[in-house]
Amino acid sequence: MQAFLVLEDGKIFKGRSFGASGEALGEVVFNTSMTGYQEIITDPSYKGQIVMMTYPLIGNYGVNKEDAESRRPFLEGFVVKEYSKIASNWRKDQELGEYLKENNILGIEGIDTRRLALHIREQGSMKAVLSTLDFDENSLLEKAKTSRGLTGLDLVKEVTIPRKYVYTQIKDAKFKVVVLDCGVKYNILRELLRYKCNVTVLPAQATSQEILAVHPDGVLLSNGPGDPSAVEYVVKAVSGLIGRVPIFGICLGHQMLGLALGGATYKLKVGHHGANHPVKDLKTGKVYITSQNHGFCVDIDSLPKKDIQLTHVNLNDGTLEGMRHKKLPIFSVQFHPESAPGPQDAEYLFAEFTRLMRKSKKR
Amino acid sequence: MPKRTDIQKILIIGSGPIVIGQACEFDYSGTQACKVLKQEGYKIILVNSNPATIMTDPEIADKTYIEPITVEMVEKIIAKERPDALLPTLGGQTALNTTIGLEQKGVLKKYKVETIGADIQAIKKGEDRQLFKLAMKKIGLDLPKSDRAYNLEEAIAVSEKIGFPLIIRPSFTMGGAGGSIAYNIEEFKVLAKRGLESSIISEILVEESVIGWKEFELEVMRDLKDNVVVICTIENFDPMGVHTGDSITVAPIQTLTNREYQLMRNAAIACIREIGVQTGGSNIQFAVHPETGRMVIIEMNPRVSRSSALSSKATGFPIAKIAAKLAVGYSLDEIPNDITRLTPACFEPAIDYCVVKIPRFTFEKFALAENTLGISMKSVGEAMAIGRTFKEALQKGLRALEIKKSGLESILFKDLEEGKIENEILDKIYRKLRQPNAERIFYIGDAFRAKLDIGLIQDLTKIDRWFLHNIQEIIDCERELLKHKHNLSGELLKKAKEYGFSDKQLAKLLSLSETEVYNLRISMNIVVDFKLVDTCAAEFKAHTPYFYSTYDQ
Repeated sequence: MQAFLVLEDGKIFKGRSFGASGEALGEVVFNTSMTGYQEIITDPSYKGQIVMMTYPLIGNYGVNKEDAESRRPFLEGFVVKEYSKIASNWRKDQELGEYLKENNILGIEGIDTRRLALHIREQGSMKAVLSTLDFDENSLLEKAKTSRGLTGLDLVKEVTIPRKYVYTQIKDAKFKVVVLDCGVKYNILRELLRYKCNVTVLPAQATSQEILAVHPDGVLLSNGPGDPSAVEYVVKAVSGLIGRVPIFGICLGHQMLGLALGGATYKLKVGHHGANHPVKDLKTGKVYITSQNHGFCVDIDSLPKKDIQLTHVNLNDGTLEGMRHKKLPIFSVQFHPESAPGPQDAEYLFAEFTRLMRKSKKR
Repeated sequence: MPKRTDIQKILIIGSGPIVIGQACEFDYSGTQACKVLKQEGYKIILVNSNPATIMTDPEIADKTYIEPITVEMVEKIIAKERPDALLPTLGGQTALNTTIGLEQKGVLKKYKVETIGADIQAIKKGEDRQLFKLAMKKIGLDLPKSDRAYNLEEAIAVSEKIGFPLIIRPSFTMGGAGGSIAYNIEEFKVLAKRGLESSIISEILVEESVIGWKEFELEVMRDLKDNVVVICTIENFDPMGVHTGDSITVAPIQTLTNREYQLMRNAAIACIREIGVQTGGSNIQFAVHPETGRMVIIEMNPRVSRSSALSSKATGFPIAKIAAKLAVGYSLDEIPNDITRLTPACFEPAIDYCVVKIPRFTFEKFALAENTLGISMKSVGEAMAIGRTFKEALQKGLRALEIKKSGLESILFKDLEEGKIENEILDKIYRKLRQPNAERIFYIGDAFRAKLDIGLIQDLTKIDRWFLHNIQEIIDCERELLKHKHNLSGELLKKAKEYGFSDKQLAKLLSLSETEVYNLRISMNIVVDFKLVDTCAAEFKAHTPYFYSTYDQ
């Protein structure tokens, strides 16, 4: 079956459908990771986006139950050069195409993805429509242009969980952690479990009082989709937590923290979506290869330097990758220490979080 | 860290004669290293017995000795030149062995020559099977199970513990009798007995066989700040049992999920750290059981290797050049990526194409050599091809071998439209699939032409189904072309080009001339495209003109 991808500037890519049929609107971004399409598809941070993989051969190892990063895929559509009709791996449960169909996600293959990536790199991330129903180019262009995009949009409310739940209850737990679910990836929860944390997950709308009522040793602000400045209620909750409890922010959580601490965020031209971004730890000088997925960024100059210390910087473009509070047990990173997909080099930050919680507990 | 100023003169050992298993890739890496270190202001002394190399061209090093690469000769050169440092990791195995020899003779100590790149301890740990095993066990990595036996009863006990198939390796044999493989207890008893007898000390190593497992390689680099990056990942088309140099290999890895790949990446990083390669590249090999996913580490080369040259070309990341810079003290984050200029070399290349390397054999020159493949390398060269799909890269690579094939053409069938296939032919296909050989790739194509089931082909070859499926798609496309040769659609012709069919190959299938095929596709607007190798999958602007051709638009 035919499928069309039309960008808001009128660029048209014609390919074949390998997922669900229908129509999807979203911002097109490209991801340069060569493995981990399943983790990418199930990462809630892609809500509102049509994701294109720059690696051309996708679907090779199928999908399996263990590697899902959330309860279902939230991205709007998936774009690849060549979809593999067979999947070969001992852990495979299903073919990718079948999985996309079941979850009603559109997939398009057979387009020149490198050309699309170059176009986005030059022109910036773009609104687009992906369709297996409508092949009228003018009509599609109109749909792409009038789609909602990302800026100023609260997408967190579309991916967070409806009510609080307890993720783990282990006997030898050392810490009690609240994860504020703005679209959390399961691997963040798995990592906390590995570090012996009992985890309670709260919906993104939870207030600081509701969070503190759980009596956590620490709060983790999760990753999530879209524009951080549109999610004022989370920023407000975070403001109410500062100085009351150790906080660790990841990706969107880092941006929320940046806003709550008085900083500002801005949208990157292309964003960082991949698994090979070098990040320098400014304290040790060491470089970590990190997993990244963000379109917005905290403005370094906007942060109050008297309270905030910059801890990590992106070696490719010099953007802010991590910060910590000079007096309070608060730190955050823009990249994904939980990886999935991508290198696990920065996993030590979860240990750092437990260290902060231990220190605060002693006081 | 800036570059070291306490050393001025560096001795580089070249790879010596070009032999099977050690070809011009070491000339390529050594030349890169000489050039970059000279640029950095170091005085380069080169020793290489092979004048037919680029690195011995007069402008490459400051002083070149074309002398035998022996401990004695290199000692004389050291005595005369008094270099501050010796860089042994760029000249392949010969250079490493010579360096170990120099160390054992006390030459390096006597003349106060420091080895840079990898120190003696690291070389030994990487090269000595026993030391390597101990080191890997220490960091918790899984290896093929093995145990020693000194008599038949012990050997049988070991076989029961590990399970079949088993490799039997006699220790200290007269005349270096090699290992053998036993698939059952009857075979094992005979072979173990023979092994014990052939060993001077009546000792055999009984090892779990990983023949038929999936084989992977990672090219890893480390700097003095302990930053480690993976430059390239490689999956072997031919499973374990065929020497990597004789295997068709593919970059990047195709059939591992992220979870499995990250385990391998972590293991590779732990390995290079434990072996203690201070700076530069290492090649680390893994085997993965196709049904259980059990991963074992096979070996590591603490030096630039054949695969590094391939990885450099496959990713655009100049491994030897960067390795040389790291050896003199730079760290990865201080070296710019030549291709993007604005981003540092401290990153992992992202590629947006598929690379296939195919070994080149010349059995016609060795009339008595069998063209079957095993654990010792027989190929004399290789071709590397880049495409947007595995199918395209494979067919381009087969053409590049210059063995009179314009792609994955038939080796058995003259007339592809002929219906019936004789049993004799089928028997030959079975035989050629089961026993790895230089032409197996063509027999796999013919197996699909003979409509053998993919499951059967997988059973016979142990090659991963994903690769076989891609070959099946090539043959299916060929079948479609034959069927529609008189009413060819633009769509089908475009697909054929995307699958890597050359015009010449198409001409034969369509009963046209090459020019007619060319004109036909031009009329259908199916034209070649050139895409850039940029290390970053289009994320950043590239400045180096390194292109590959493809049909994709």
